[in-house]
Amino acid sequence: MTTKLETLPAPSNKASAGKPTNPRRPRKNRESRGSLAFSRSARTNALIKHAILIVSGGVMIYPLLWMVVSSLRANELIFRDPGLWLNTLEMGNYTDGWSALTHGFGHYMINSAVVVLGSILGNLISCSMAAYAFARLQFTGQKIFFGIMLLTIMLPFHVVIVPQYILFSQIGWVNTFWPLIVPKLLATDAFFVFLMVQFIRGIPKELDEAARIDGAGHPRIFLRVILPLMVPALATTTIFTFIWTWNDFFGALIYLTDPDMFTVPVALRAFVDSQSATSWGSLFAMSIVSLLPVFLVFLFGQRFLIKGIATTGIK
Amino acid sequence: MSAISELTSLSRRKGPKTAEEKKANGRDNKAAYIFLLPWLVGLVAITVGPMVMSLYLSFTDYNLIQAPEWVGLENFQRMFTDARLHNSLGVTFTYVLVGVPLQLAVALLIALVLDKGLRGLPFYRSIFYLPSLLGGSVAIAILWKQIFGTTGLVNQVLALGGIEGPGWISDPSTALGSIILLHVWTFGAPMIIFLAGLRQIPNMYYEAAEVDGATKLQKFWRITLPLLSPIIFFNLVLQIIGSFQSFTQAFIVSGGNGGPSDSTMFFTLYLYQKGFGQFDMGYASAMAWFLLVIIGAFTAINFIAAKYWVFYDD
Repeated sequence: MTTKLETLPAPSNKASAGKPTNPRRPRKNRESRGSLAFSRSARTNALIKHAILIVSGGVMIYPLLWMVVSSLRANELIFRDPGLWLNTLEMGNYTDGWSALTHGFGHYMINSAVVVLGSILGNLISCSMAAYAFARLQFTGQKIFFGIMLLTIMLPFHVVIVPQYILFSQIGWVNTFWPLIVPKLLATDAFFVFLMVQFIRGIPKELDEAARIDGAGHPRIFLRVILPLMVPALATTTIFTFIWTWNDFFGALIYLTDPDMFTVPVALRAFVDSQSATSWGSLFAMSIVSLLPVFLVFLFGQRFLIKGIATTGIK
Repeated sequence: MSAISELTSLSRRKGPKTAEEKKANGRDNKAAYIFLLPWLVGLVAITVGPMVMSLYLSFTDYNLIQAPEWVGLENFQRMFTDARLHNSLGVTFTYVLVGVPLQLAVALLIALVLDKGLRGLPFYRSIFYLPSLLGGSVAIAILWKQIFGTTGLVNQVLALGGIEGPGWISDPSTALGSIILLHVWTFGAPMIIFLAGLRQIPNMYYEAAEVDGATKLQKFWRITLPLLSPIIFFNLVLQIIGSFQSFTQAFIVSGGNGGPSDSTMFFTLYLYQKGFGQFDMGYASAMAWFLLVIIGAFTAINFIAAKYWVFYDD
């Protein structure tokens, strides 16, 4: 996306001093008003835009920064100080919060990590297999199945959640991680199937054919040709699955009722319910801890996230 | 191409099969079904099977312990007279009909400001995008609960200006508004889609308009908006479908009860209470199907209305 933008500026704006901030207009402006007038109006224009963005971005991000600062403050200040200045560094909220529930908070982080890892593995394997079939193979009922797959992306999960719960509770899977992981092993996150189908369609078919001439069957083509080439789509899937599963509340809420099995979101919820009015500091501290993995994934995986959204358009 | 345009083109492409397609038919069946096996099992066991089952349950009285008892249309009749359900519908409609347009308007506005090759764009984009990744979490709902509390951040800031704010989430008239704001706060994801859409508009249209002396506003109304309309439509459909299913924020902010006085009792929250609080599984299933019908109706209306305002270039 950014590379496309960078190649946009017209080659004819050498005359305008400085870097043009607005690649769409330089040519016309240079002709009509001269380079000086252009750079001045473009600069004020850019300044206004920066002002708008800094103010609105600041308002957006302020609550997050304030939560971080507040988690390092004495409790009573949380309800008195709207500023971001820290006089002292209070780590007590973190140590208190960490051990506020039956288990240390690390226990819930590990539980979440298990569910997340299982879900990522499940999605990567099952969705890429389904995507290969949809994108590269011809089979009876292909169009109908593909249509059904697309429809399931938009299906509200409420219409399946009650029977699913009944099913999993009859197998005895309540208070295990299976109800959260097994559906991913069965490619029910159809959004990722679609994302991968889109990606595979972009891989030149000549590569498959070359492999086929060399005597490779579908499993081999899939494993040796397609999978290595679709690493970006696999990365996008991994990152989205991580964030969605890490944040997933509803599934954990209904399936995990035993505190031993709590994942981070339900543990936090138990913390909110149990907290006395004075423990907002430690509640904030654990909220920060719970957001940290998502933030790190965002930091390092941004490229894939933004590409993934821009091409398939789901948050 | 998006899932939505794929679906529409699938339903349009109904011509006779080409010779190549006929020849190809059946060639890879065995391999294809092996590759599709996990998905097919999931489709039957996790999606379609439970759907049929929940349709059946919606005509029964079922509490998870005794066998389901057939009661005909009783659950649906009950929905007609259930005042709390009507209230929860109102809350959800308000949330969707106010929150979604507001969020998309902000997303579009910021995307427009960001679009024109501004320096520092990746940085700004990250700042605006981050909340949409965090917004669905319990942690952010907790933060919201504090910010909009009686002595929360918002009122502390207002107090600096000498204004005494209400207890936003403890007042039934503002509680829903606080949650709608949380939805607006997560405008980053649709913003990214808008940005990608804006890049697709060929520069020459703007250049031609400038030659004709068009103003900025005219360019926006006559070029940007029509050419962006498929993207707006796409965002609208997805956000509406998604927003009808919102749950976590209302649950955490209200402490799980949809209060104060049911003002944040989302339809999904009520469904959860019925199904998993009181184990009234029959009624919950009926409610789920009702939700599906509502979402389906909204989506259908969207697609019908699209004929009048969505502009396809090709």
